[in-house]
Amino acid sequence: MGALLSFFVVIVLVLLALAGIKGAGLYVLFGTVIPYAAVATFILGVILRVIKWSRSPVPFHIPTTCGQEKSLPWIKYSKLESPAGTLGVIGRMALEVLLFRSLFRNLKTELRNDGPRLAYGSNKWLWLGGLAFHWSMLIVIIRHLRFFTHPVPFLVKIIDSLDGFLQIGAPHLMITGVVLLLALTYLFLRRVFIPQVRYISLPADYLPLFLLMGIATSGILMRYFFKVDIIKVKELTLGLASLNPGIPSGIGVIFYIHLFLISSLFAYFPFSKLMHMGGVFSSVLQETWPITAV
Amino acid sequence: MEVPVEFKPGTFCYGTRPKYLEEVGLPNPREWSPLDEDWKLPADWKDTVLAGIGERLKKNRAFHLFMDICVRCGACADKCHFFIGSGDPKNMPVLRAELMRSVYRKYFSTGGKLFGNLAGARELTFEVFKEWWYYFYQCTECRRCSVFCPYGIDTAEITMMARELFNLLGCNTDWIAGPVANCYRKGNHLGLEPHTITSNIEFMLDDIEEITGIKIEPTFNRKGAEILFVTPSGDLFGDPGTYTCMGYLMLFHELGLDYTWSTYASEGGNFGFFTSMEMAKRLNYKIYAEAKRLGVKWILGGECGHMWRVVHQYMDTWNGPADFLEEPVSPITGTKFENAKTTKMVHIAEFTADLIKHGKLKLDPSRNDHLKVTYHDSCNTSRGMGILEEPRYIINNSCNNFHEMHEDTIREKTFCCGSGTGLNAGENMELRMRGGLPRANAVKHVRDKHGVNMLANICAIDRATLSALMQYWVPDVEVSGVHELLGNALVMTGREGERD
Ligand code: SF4
Ligand code: SF4
Repeated sequence: MGALLSFFVVIVLVLLALAGIKGAGLYVLFGTVIPYAAVATFILGVILRVIKWSRSPVPFHIPTTCGQEKSLPWIKYSKLESPAGTLGVIGRMALEVLLFRSLFRNLKTELRNDGPRLAYGSNKWLWLGGLAFHWSMLIVIIRHLRFFTHPVPFLVKIIDSLDGFLQIGAPHLMITGVVLLLALTYLFLRRVFIPQVRYISLPADYLPLFLLMGIATSGILMRYFFKVDIIKVKELTLGLASLNPGIPSGIGVIFYIHLFLISSLFAYFPFSKLMHMGGVFSSVLQETWPITAV
Repeated sequence: MEVPVEFKPGTFCYGTRPKYLEEVGLPNPREWSPLDEDWKLPADWKDTVLAGIGERLKKNRAFHLFMDICVRCGACADKCHFFIGSGDPKNMPVLRAELMRSVYRKYFSTGGKLFGNLAGARELTFEVFKEWWYYFYQCTECRRCSVFCPYGIDTAEITMMARELFNLLGCNTDWIAGPVANCYRKGNHLGLEPHTITSNIEFMLDDIEEITGIKIEPTFNRKGAEILFVTPSGDLFGDPGTYTCMGYLMLFHELGLDYTWSTYASEGGNFGFFTSMEMAKRLNYKIYAEAKRLGVKWILGGECGHMWRVVHQYMDTWNGPADFLEEPVSPITGTKFENAKTTKMVHIAEFTADLIKHGKLKLDPSRNDHLKVTYHDSCNTSRGMGILEEPRYIINNSCNNFHEMHEDTIREKTFCCGSGTGLNAGENMELRMRGGLPRANAVKHVRDKHGVNMLANICAIDRATLSALMQYWVPDVEVSGVHELLGNALVMTGREGERD
């Protein structure tokens, strides 16, 4: 139910952009006004939310530790799982934020009926899927910086060429684009097929997935199939970035669909669970900081 | 969440008697039962709950974050012993939290206000309140779920908030409110009065004398002692807790430790912690107050789980700094307990492990040869800072046969006994046996494989609850405290080789 509804919402968004551009020729609305409004909502929304969080104090340092604490000198303590100094805390946080340490621990627990008996098994798929998604997303975003900068920073160029190192097709196939879409598909399928996850999923869990899938698909279509005029696209995006917007003529509608979906995601971001991005630092920091460190 | 809550027999505790609330001045004391149609809540109960949530969001960032950032990835879903044992989807930690999160969204978040049901928001109704009550008293705040959560979302903290809300309306359980009132009035959960405490200990001393021939004479409320010893009152009352207590008594005697018991601060545990932060702070305070009154240098704590979480992660914030005490130093070995620098309170497992390491105890592990031992990490000692190696060290020096349970069920991944946070009542036995299934199952495995017949632990609640759990699931396994095993193995001066 939630999945269908979210899917429908994304379809409507696509049709809106299609009708707006093809039917009504609302280039300025879709090319300038909405992107600006979306980014403004995003920035304001995120700032407000973070301010709200930071207004609440942290009365207790009560992390969940996952290893031996530093106690007697001859007992080896777990520097990363129950850190006792700032360095350990930073390490624990980095492991969590960059490599999703906790998900790596994931287990499958099954109740077998001979007994009853419980069986445990390792289960790293979610870790792999999550990691693949987040890292490729990050690289895709960095790659896109070349549309908003002139000259394009060296780092962005490097990442761009690394990403296309397979040199298949023209323009070169970007691996992260494909990985992103695959990872999203996996994240979607597990929501549908794992009964427990299906049970807990809300429309608000499917919507970001479909939005991102829509964004990735339209991006891939635009790059490899409809082949919009990249020079003009850059003219538009650079205009947006330099607060000097303009609408060059002759950019295909697929670009506006792509842009509109991204705008929707930006505007939706501060009100959604995607805020876990902002919260993760605060939460993980708090949850990794044992009292012995202060 | 559309499925209405059904109170299944044997899975919930009785509502509290009014007198317990009156004794500590909590609101809305009345006769009531969770099965009643009408819980006799005040007319403005809904405002109270919503204002209560608002206040807690402002007071506690963790709570606020946990309400916002869960992505419902489901990593925590099958980690809860209550979900594993009951199969009830609302016992998945994520869904337990969603029960409250849905209401939070409706009243406190823009997304929920804008998108309503679609954003997973729902109205707070009496049905919802009952559902909360049912499921937040089916969480033992064990934190196993949070070990697996990518954001460290700690459902235990959400449960704590929920229970605080219940207490704004007089909806505690009888089994929690009773010990709280007892502890407030008499100094311990069981309501033991000073003469009962001393006579219980005297019984133990008689037993020790009979077995070892040694007469021990501990002191009570003695001013000027170096150390105040505080243990959960469960150790003073009922087997196998008392055996652990005898272990302490023998150890301290053998060391010639300058310590004293208190008949006033006679409780290490803290059922206030399952009621509200304020109540926990109130009950916790007496330990420092007594330490000050007696003029001791530092405090030694007995084997207890949640006591340890309270001491290690809350006590300093609530009632510290305890600057009238000294930084704990073992008078026998001279070891400084660095991790207790601020709280001035040392866990006995650390104290004893240090003694053994320095060769201060003569132990004969063969006296425990009739036992094949495994060790249960309590949720609180393992995930609330990590006392993992000390008890194992003591066991390995006191016993010859030690076998670990499956690695996914010990240390930070340990399973709850199924009856923590005041769920160790009698009327919810079905819930307890279901919740304890994963723990029992792991014990059964080592019983079958290695012939394990003793389940050791360092928690007074465990000693009571695991006994019942073992009787039900693995009847031939007994339960003991680590210091019971140590007491068995301890060779006391002058009586070498006297015991078998
Ligand atoms: S593991 Fe954490 S983020 Fe995932 S569903 Fe559970 S509480 Fe939510
Ligand atoms: S804290 Fe423990 S009992 Fe509570 S939801 Fe998490 S795993 Fe279950």
